[in-house]
Amino acid sequence: MPADFISNLYLFILAGFVGFELIKRVSPLLHTPLMSLTNALDAIVVVAAIIIAGRHTTPLTTALGAVAVAASFSNMVGGFFITDRMVRMFKTGRPKK
Amino acid sequence: MTHAFALQEYLDFAYIAAVVLFMLSLKWLSSPAMARWGVLAGEIGAALAVGATFYNPELIQYKWIVICLIIGAAVGIPLGMVKMTAVPQRTALSHAFGAASAAMIGIAEYYKNTANLTRFEMGEIALEVIIGSLTVTGSLIAAGKLQEILPQRPIVYRGQNIVSLSILGTALALAAALVVNPVQAYLFPVMVVVALIFGIMLVTPIGGADMPTVISLLNSYAGFSAALLGFVLNSKVLIVSGALDGSSGFILSVIMCKAMNRSFTNVMFGAFGQVQAGAAKEKEDRVVRSATAEEAASILEAANKVVVVPGYGMAVAQAQHKVRELYDSLTKRGVDVEFAIHPVAGRMPGHMNVLLAEADVPYDHLKEMDEINGDFPQVDVALVIGANDVTNPAAKTDKTSPIYGMPVLDVEKSHTVMVIKRSMNPGFAGIDNPLYYMNNTLMLFGDAKGFVSNIVKELGGGH
Repeated sequence: MPADFISNLYLFILAGFVGFELIKRVSPLLHTPLMSLTNALDAIVVVAAIIIAGRHTTPLTTALGAVAVAASFSNMVGGFFITDRMVRMFKTGRPKK
Repeated sequence: MTHAFALQEYLDFAYIAAVVLFMLSLKWLSSPAMARWGVLAGEIGAALAVGATFYNPELIQYKWIVICLIIGAAVGIPLGMVKMTAVPQRTALSHAFGAASAAMIGIAEYYKNTANLTRFEMGEIALEVIIGSLTVTGSLIAAGKLQEILPQRPIVYRGQNIVSLSILGTALALAAALVVNPVQAYLFPVMVVVALIFGIMLVTPIGGADMPTVISLLNSYAGFSAALLGFVLNSKVLIVSGALDGSSGFILSVIMCKAMNRSFTNVMFGAFGQVQAGAAKEKEDRVVRSATAEEAASILEAANKVVVVPGYGMAVAQAQHKVRELYDSLTKRGVDVEFAIHPVAGRMPGHMNVLLAEADVPYDHLKEMDEINGDFPQVDVALVIGANDVTNPAAKTDKTSPIYGMPVLDVEKSHTVMVIKRSMNPGFAGIDNPLYYMNNTLMLFGDAKGFVSNIVKELGGGH
């Protein structure tokens, strides 16, 4: 078992708990934007895809990395974009009108 | 060498900053007032992480990266501009994209150093690629059902669960064989294909009514596959982001399951729909009372408190803007109007809130089920628009009902219930709703959009 595995497991468990506590507090009004936002955050795999696509080992891995860059970056751009559109729509009845 | 090491540290700091911003991003989503800051924090974090990665000393060619980032943006921007009714299928599609990139990176890792993989690393890669692959096809099927390219009805056959589980078993057996001997490269693509097939088998039998749960579960799988990829690559930023996404999807699936009083296994292996084939049975002649738009308008006008119960039917009929006009004209007359939102109203968690917010209904008038259920005895009129099962009192009283035990909105306790419905045909799930035969219920037969706009006309409001 690689040494990093244990520290990574600690990290995973802690991040899972933080996620659980943070997401429990998200208003149910915003569950749809929550899903598109976490989708955009999850698209951080683009970082790994960039390294695979740019480090040139074999044409196959470069191609897989390149497609992964496009797929995850589209999630990142589209996810933030639509989340922003959605959260802007939520207005209270009180101010102006 | 020392220079490269210092650079690596800067990159790590950038990733740590990104992770902090991601957590703030989720924290600020706790209220609609702060939510925009949350999106901004996420955007800055992501930009920081992507920007920093360009300085990674391992990178030797940028051409494909830049081309693919442009392609990604070109695909992502239109997908960010879809209509609000199409958000569920867009979300399912983005689960597929996310899982696909995680799976492809895992596959690339395998082929990069097949000869040097330890058994442990092979196990991590195999598990990651299996989860990623099944999420890709599962999400595509879900997107197809939501877009109505594929039939929404559950597609079932005898022995389905055994077939599906043996396909999953095959994928796991291939993974085990690879762990025993990672250089059996010919097994790897077979394992990927089997996992892809399992994803199809997993979601095909699930009906449209269960989509909120399925889409949340797929969200969770996509997140956990990214976290697993973080283990494979020893990338802490992926582990944290994947864990956040995975736990988010998991919590949403639990909320959706509770809202339907069903277990995970029941959703995944129980194929709704088929159970109720015989449910719409003995129809004695029960009395249904109906009313015209004019009568409905005068009842609404006389009310003090009106609760609108919207369902997906409202969105299908594109009636939400007319409903907002109704809200405006009743509010102008001093009627207190609120909206009761069942957790599974719509096609994904929170969907109904977004549709109403888009129509400019103030969010402080959107009430969750638990928040409003106690108020129904004081409500003069409950107006049900395009919702069915979530108002079915049989869920509380009739042990033989397929939805018995599901938490529902107590609309029948209000003084008058008005239900806008096309006809007396049982709804999507085919379950008979005794609400329609109650003494305090008035059926308003017609198309949701047309009927609401007729009520608005009778009230003299709107346009």
